[in-house]
Amino acid sequence: MEALALSRAAAIARGGRVLKPAPFDYYRPSSISEAVGLLDELREEAAILAGGMTLGPMLNLRMVRPRAVIDISRIPKLNAIVATSNIVVTGAGVVQCDALESDVVMRNIPLLSMALPWVGHFQTRNRGTLGGSVAHADPSAEIPLCLVVTGGSVVLQSKRRERRVRAQEFFLGALTTERRPDEMIVALEWPRAPADAGHAFEEIAQRHGDFAIAAAACQLRIDRSERLTALSLGLGGVESRPIAVDVKNFLGRPMRGAVSALADHVAASVNPMEDHSASADFRIALAKTLVERVLEKALVDAKSRWDRVP
Amino acid sequence: MKVLHLAAGQRHPVALTLNGQRRSAQAEPRMLLCDFLRHELQAYGVHVGCEHGVCGACTVMVDGRAVRSCTQYAVQADGTEIVSVEGLAAPGTLNELQRAFVKHHALQCGFCTPGILCSATHFLQKNPSPDEAQVRDMLSGHICRCTGYAAIVAAILDAASNLREKGS
Repeated sequence: MEALALSRAAAIARGGRVLKPAPFDYYRPSSISEAVGLLDELREEAAILAGGMTLGPMLNLRMVRPRAVIDISRIPKLNAIVATSNIVVTGAGVVQCDALESDVVMRNIPLLSMALPWVGHFQTRNRGTLGGSVAHADPSAEIPLCLVVTGGSVVLQSKRRERRVRAQEFFLGALTTERRPDEMIVALEWPRAPADAGHAFEEIAQRHGDFAIAAAACQLRIDRSERLTALSLGLGGVESRPIAVDVKNFLGRPMRGAVSALADHVAASVNPMEDHSASADFRIALAKTLVERVLEKALVDAKSRWDRVP
Repeated sequence: MKVLHLAAGQRHPVALTLNGQRRSAQAEPRMLLCDFLRHELQAYGVHVGCEHGVCGACTVMVDGRAVRSCTQYAVQADGTEIVSVEGLAAPGTLNELQRAFVKHHALQCGFCTPGILCSATHFLQKNPSPDEAQVRDMLSGHICRCTGYAAIVAAILDAASNLREKGS
């Protein structure tokens, strides 16, 4: 958002009147096959518009000037949330507030339910989509981080084929993904969380709803003597893309000692960004604190499930 | 079905329901919904602030949901039902929420107010008994440079309580 504020200041200095998009052709397909057909012709010249929570500002500020905008917000198939025996498939066009209120999401992807209240504001969640956040790939975005930590995948469709890319390989860097110009994201696939898994999501931003300076998310399982049997831990906003922490040396260890050891391990292994809102050292300190918080909270969450899991 | 294609640089018909009335006008694909509502449909209660989705001044209800009207385009809103601040109460009258804003001095310059009223309307429909933290969380999507928010929070909580009493 600061980048936008700066470009806005520059625009005003140039004489104003530029907070409007450059002209674009508007296409509204009513099916995925029509949408990928258009993409196949237009490729780099087209931008895909869903909720418009990121593309809208970028168009208005003329940070992007696509020749064509393909509005996928009226393709009914993209709005479905479907649970199968081992995954939940969320269509790319699922609106964030609908995911937040979904029982299927709450039961099967508790981490996403915990993270969504951190995504923007009430008014932006009423329009922004899950797929849009993943496509934009802001380093600090919550939804991509959850997809990485839960071990989810992105389903990409082109005119010729459909392919799946694991979230860990999908995000290449800030605003850069594996998606090719003739592909659109049609769905996200989330493994269903085990019933006994504990989860936690935490972030630090200057103000709730702003971009996170750092965020942490965790999914873990423990045995009855509180030894870690499974752990997935990730950080957002620290490096140029959401990262999964390598935790294999900590499995089987008692949670008590593992928390501070994991925080130290994270501090030693990350390669943090540096910008106006935080130095590299400050980001390391935040990452450490957030890792401790999510591990403690996820432990409490996992223990609370002992009574509920047969 | 055929793909809808609206050419750049040309004006295309857009028809929608605004505050209960069927309205239509012309818009280029790049025309923001907020500009369409103001300049084509004379809904001047739609205030345009940052034009990139941050300040909340342009918030209206589209198909029942409080959303920014500056980060969507008029052509996208074809066929939708929109409620702006003008549609919250009959002309010349104030509704419960608006009366609470007057009572609590929840506005000074009034620039942010129409957007906040639209947001609060949708918010109270979803959550008729909010606590202060929930009201403040909803308000984080609006920028008010006059009030310091305290009076706005008080007005929304008061209106919620009055609406609950009326409803029961």
